[in-house]
Amino acid sequence: MSPGPGDAAAFRAEVRDWLAAHVPAQPLPPVDTAEGFARHREWERELAAARLAVVSWPAEYGGRGASLLEWLVFEDEYHAAAGPARVGQNGLFLLAPTLFAHGTAAQRDRLLPRMATADDVWAQAWSEPDAGSDLAAIRARATRSDGGWLLSGAKTWSSRAAFADRAFGLFRTDPGAGRHHGLTYLLFDLRAEGVEGWRIAMSTASHERGLSLRSPGRFCAAAARLVELWQRAGDPADTALRDRVTDAWIGARAYRLHTFATASRLDAGAALGPESSLGKVFWSELDVGLHETALDLLGPQAELAGRPAPDGRWLGDYLFSLAGPIYAGTNEIQRTVIAERLLGLPR
Amino acid sequence: MTLARSAEQEQFAAALHDLLTDGATAAAGGGPGAGGGPGGDGTLRAARRWAAGDRSAGLALWRKLAAAGVTSLAVPERRGGLGASPLDLMVACEELGHHALPGPVAESLAAVPRLLAALDEQGLGDDGRPARWLAGLAAGDLIATLALPPRLPYAADADATGLVLLVEDDAVWLAAPGARHQSVDQARRLSEACGRQVLARGPAVAAAARHAFDLGALACAAQLLGAGRALLAASVRHARQRVQFGRAIGSFQAVKHQLADVAIGLEFARPLLDAAALALADRGPCAARDVSAAKIACAGAAHRAARTALQVHGAIGYTQEHDLGLWLTKVRALIPAWGTQAEHRARVMAALATDGGPPWS
Repeated sequence: MSPGPGDAAAFRAEVRDWLAAHVPAQPLPPVDTAEGFARHREWERELAAARLAVVSWPAEYGGRGASLLEWLVFEDEYHAAAGPARVGQNGLFLLAPTLFAHGTAAQRDRLLPRMATADDVWAQAWSEPDAGSDLAAIRARATRSDGGWLLSGAKTWSSRAAFADRAFGLFRTDPGAGRHHGLTYLLFDLRAEGVEGWRIAMSTASHERGLSLRSPGRFCAAAARLVELWQRAGDPADTALRDRVTDAWIGARAYRLHTFATASRLDAGAALGPESSLGKVFWSELDVGLHETALDLLGPQAELAGRPAPDGRWLGDYLFSLAGPIYAGTNEIQRTVIAERLLGLPR
Repeated sequence: MTLARSAEQEQFAAALHDLLTDGATAAAGGGPGAGGGPGGDGTLRAARRWAAGDRSAGLALWRKLAAAGVTSLAVPERRGGLGASPLDLMVACEELGHHALPGPVAESLAAVPRLLAALDEQGLGDDGRPARWLAGLAAGDLIATLALPPRLPYAADADATGLVLLVEDDAVWLAAPGARHQSVDQARRLSEACGRQVLARGPAVAAAARHAFDLGALACAAQLLGAGRALLAASVRHARQRVQFGRAIGSFQAVKHQLADVAIGLEFARPLLDAAALALADRGPCAARDVSAAKIACAGAAHRAARTALQVHGAIGYTQEHDLGLWLTKVRALIPAWGTQAEHRARVMAALATDGGPPWS
């Protein structure tokens, strides 16, 4: 599927060539170690220098003003090339869209260029021990102090917070207001005094990986590798497993076709509504099923940690996939949204 | 290529929906009743009468559809048809499935015209009959069916048609209906097709038969998707109205989440259907693979819709008096028709193996 006008083909070729020349031959150390975090930050700077870190942003912030379809092309190629995990993803995919939609020009000028070059890596601070899916149960407070806000309370599942520079999250600023009121979206420095102890607590949760917007690149690349694995190592007599491989490939293709159609509607000015919940459940279940199929195909080798590429990826990616149905709004929350807001069932 | 149905295609579907809702009520001589149809119950009444052996109301609907151009879509322009794109045809077939229209939809609207057009173009069996039949199909004077063993061993609704074809290996036969079998879908009669006369034979016929099979299989997938949408709509309607424990059952999370999963399945089946239709239009190397992927996904989504619909309706949905059964049984009949899920999965994997890797285009 070509994404649209001729420029996209040239863009695809540029991205493909650049990645072929620059993606590290050996996987980087894990992002939840100090060394791995630093190496991933260096990689982000390399991407930024080639103006490939944030292609869909305006040029003034380090992007190329690319359309959504072109962003999908970038994602296709990035995952096909097995590019490193994006250490800045919380900022890039969660905070930046909020700044574009609700921020001031001054905020964008101050925050976005440093985010694009990974000079600031952002962590998220949404969830609390008693406020997960029920985000309105947030209790962490922010009170006015000299020249700023004093934060108090506990946050959890704060992806990347162990090594990140800054964080964004929701805090209660008017305890007298109702559950869904009196909440303020605050940005804060993780190096500030008093944040340290908190940082340590959060490091235990650093394998949580929050990301609400999913390009099909990851699933298409994984499905292609799964088909290749089946052809190389599958038992042709095991038609049940063959059918699961087939269904995983079909699911990845369906998600890709659906996402490109959605992106062209959005590029044409449409807004994304509750139908995004359909996609969230679909890709997260697809991702788990695809990786479970690969592990079943690998048989007794599947449980071995630390195997070399290419088959060594499956176990880690499977563990990653298990978080999908939980984060970015659990799939139960999404199904309720689908039922009430798309199908019109009573609350 | 970007998948989006055009405004014209959306209008066409809406017009067919209106035709099958209002027009059907008049054609079937019935008013609004207790039925659970997607927008009225006229087509469902016609389906019930069809099942009882009275096809008049159903055939009246087929004539209305012919007047709306539906039977002309797959017929070439030079034979009085519209020569429309496969996607236009799938838009129509999805709507016919949505209304559980009785009759040989995938056969008469898709596979037979595709096969006859190939014979006509290539001058095969050249006694002018393929051209005349095509004109008859386009005009709505002729309904046709076919058997394509082993994947399609019986001709559907042969008794309602004026033309029965049999495709075996590299030969197309003019056939007569043989032994009758009743389908689980009571508005669907199956017949053995007994070849009487070879119309054409040879490698070109085998290729034409493959293309006809692909278009028929995709039309069947479109019907299944439409039926799945109708089952979801009926289930949502029921869940909003039916009160137990003092609440509409649709307010229970267990019900909501099942229906959400149905919606997800249908949502992600349609892009595969549309992509396969575009692939057939180009007759690209991946067309057969894409048709199979669409059939697998549409059948799977319709199956989930049917199981959930029965569960949400509860015992009333199990009765013959309730209209739900018309869709439930049609879905059950169409899932293995035009190639089983296993055959289509094998086709997809075989295509991926020979391509040496899965192209996403």
